[in-house]
Amino acid sequence: MKTSVGGFIKKNTMVIALVLVVIFFSVSTGGKILLPQNINNLISQNGYVFVLAAGMLLCILTGGNIDLSVGSVVCFTMGIGALLLKANLPVVVALLVMLAVGLCVGMFQGFWIAWISVPPFIATLAGMYAFRGLSNVILGGYSVGVNNESFLKIFGGGADCYVPDFLHGEGLNLTCMAVGIAAVVILVLLFLRGQLVRKKMGIASDNPIGEWVKTIIISALILWITYKLSQYKGIPSVLVWIALVLLIYGYITKNTAIGRYFYAVGGNEKATRLSGVNTKLVYFLAYANMGLLAGFAGTLTLARAGHAEPTYGVGYEMDAIAACFIGGASAYGGVGKITGIMIGAALMGVINQGMSIMGISANYQSAVKGIVLLVAVLVDVLSKKENA
Amino acid sequence: MSIGENMYLGNERGKKAAIDWNTTYAEADKYLKMVGLSESSKVLVKEIGTGKQQLVEIAKALAKHAKLLILDEPTSSLNEEDSRALLDLMLGFKKQGMTMIIITHKLNEVSYVADKITVVRDGSTIETIDNAGHDIDEDRIIKGMVGRELTNRFPKREGVKIGAVNLEVEHWTVRHPLYPERLVVNDVSINVRKGEVVGIYGLMGAGRTELAMSIFGQSYGILAGGTLKIDGKEVHLKKSPTDAIRHKIAYVTEDRKGNGLILSQSIKVNTSLANLDSLASHMVIDKDREYQVAEEYRDKLKTKTPSVEQLVGNLSGGNQQKVLLAKWMFAEPDVLILDEPTRGIDVGAKYEIYCIINDLAAAGKSVIMISSELPEVLAMSDRIYIMNASRMVGEMKASEATQENIMATILRSGRGD
Repeated sequence: MKTSVGGFIKKNTMVIALVLVVIFFSVSTGGKILLPQNINNLISQNGYVFVLAAGMLLCILTGGNIDLSVGSVVCFTMGIGALLLKANLPVVVALLVMLAVGLCVGMFQGFWIAWISVPPFIATLAGMYAFRGLSNVILGGYSVGVNNESFLKIFGGGADCYVPDFLHGEGLNLTCMAVGIAAVVILVLLFLRGQLVRKKMGIASDNPIGEWVKTIIISALILWITYKLSQYKGIPSVLVWIALVLLIYGYITKNTAIGRYFYAVGGNEKATRLSGVNTKLVYFLAYANMGLLAGFAGTLTLARAGHAEPTYGVGYEMDAIAACFIGGASAYGGVGKITGIMIGAALMGVINQGMSIMGISANYQSAVKGIVLLVAVLVDVLSKKENA
Repeated sequence: MSIGENMYLGNERGKKAAIDWNTTYAEADKYLKMVGLSESSKVLVKEIGTGKQQLVEIAKALAKHAKLLILDEPTSSLNEEDSRALLDLMLGFKKQGMTMIIITHKLNEVSYVADKITVVRDGSTIETIDNAGHDIDEDRIIKGMVGRELTNRFPKREGVKIGAVNLEVEHWTVRHPLYPERLVVNDVSINVRKGEVVGIYGLMGAGRTELAMSIFGQSYGILAGGTLKIDGKEVHLKKSPTDAIRHKIAYVTEDRKGNGLILSQSIKVNTSLANLDSLASHMVIDKDREYQVAEEYRDKLKTKTPSVEQLVGNLSGGNQQKVLLAKWMFAEPDVLILDEPTRGIDVGAKYEIYCIINDLAAAGKSVIMISSELPEVLAMSDRIYIMNASRMVGEMKASEATQENIMATILRSGRGD
């Protein structure tokens, strides 16, 4: 029993850290961080981190490779999007062009990395400079505003960008609550189905109590967050997009063959190649996909900011990388989960927000983030040592 | 880095911060000579073969004036000749008063070189046998290792019908990937029939692995000529293992940790990797079936593990080898090329691997077994090819082959270079 508790703690170190950090800030801010509006802001402000981290995870899985160009690509696609919307093109066209541009950039970088064997660090460093420069070029160095209401509403995290309350609750957004409850029901049903199937096939679980505890905690968390949000204005539209991206990528990494290959390449590239997997294509896909998601993060960021500026997106790549490593991705590749990066991104978001509410200056915030990252990776390295 | 740099890494010659390279290389050369290497210590380590690298490792220990030398499987990558030289070297050191511990799977080595033999099984000491006279019976050691008397080290294969020629390679020639002027496989022709186990024996560096990997979708070197026929029809395999797998060829590597398994993943993931497509529809993996498959092969190969979710890195060498075999059996090949299938695993697991090979042959598969262990090749093969210095120098029926005439064939062919 003791070992199973120990194993549970070890496996969920970052979840526990997140809980501790939330408790710390709710005490030190007098509970302000748990106000509905602040939770809402936390999600809206960090939307891009979740989206980018999902893409970055795939790159990191292939062997600790990172993509440094992400911030610049976000800015570049923002600029293109802003110009297209300014020219009164429809939202769909703007969105598709932004995604396509991101994808092309990713494919361009992926080509060099996969087939010409340019080290990812260098290929994407080049991209980081190049697309920052090109962002300046297309924007002419100015800020370009977006007035298209429907674009802002669909992708935004601004003042009035929420999923409308179809159920017209009073004081409480019933749609939001209903969605939360539905999510929990689905989650529990999936969990039970999984348990049944495993029982039928005689697969013994390593830690049955831990799995139950986990499911209950996650359900409670979903209910709690949706309850808080429904006390405010309901589901921010950006949350829909984050959830969609995370669900899709969670599914890809867990249940598809291509998802499996990302882990395999990071675990042992040679063995994977000799098993008949086109490993070069795997590298290419990781970076092409990263570009696509950078384009999508550009869309979200443009809608939230309401305008594009050549300086936007600076440091976004680092936020995404940090979220992955804090979330338990291995710096050597082959290990990491979408649920992990969710925790990682949330942890960083909570720390940022908590310190902002406490009135700590941005300079200190950055320092604290750095320390958190180091500690997180340290935990990973030390727990590995214990195992070895 | 060069041999000299490697030998004095962390033990640099010279004053203060500056390294005295002349002393370094001069001393390094001295120790190299002592272990019987003629290479200059300025040669890069990556340019010499694994056998010589092993000797450099020992020279490095000597350079530190070690009093106790612990050798962990020092001969696992050496051929018989080099192994013998290394063991004799150990005996020489012993005369000079050095204490040595040798950890090995090879029984003839312990009985040849050790004064005392300790058998370790499942993490605990089983017994210590005195071997002062160097005359211990191998069966005596085996008894300690498996906990029972192993009457036959090689299971018999009976009543297997050998069918038509399945894979035929003719005039196969491969160039070295970095030095194209060097032929690593020179005009080699082999064939294997259904239900047949063909052994390829040769010394380390004879070109056996290179031949095998080259057949397996040109995974090694540059193909310079030759034809490959499957079931009598000529096939042009693309330069990728994928195409070889599609043509039902499997290559089970000699380097299971480097080229074979993903140690950070579970047995289940490793088992399904080479044939994941068969478990997936529209790219979505049927995870329940994947689990069943992994379980099935665990049963079939008697892999010792609490669960197929166990990480492969946590398994013993023998069990890792079984997972590797499981992976390739699940790929459902017609031709299996097994490269040193029993390297570095204990006697009990070896026996089980031999049984698996027999089952494969009985199921009508064609098995090519590359091995540096003569008794294994003799006992397991129906037919034996002998390679030396990139060439095929002999072929004989197992019934006609003996240790003596195989070694004689190699010696008669000359060293080639």
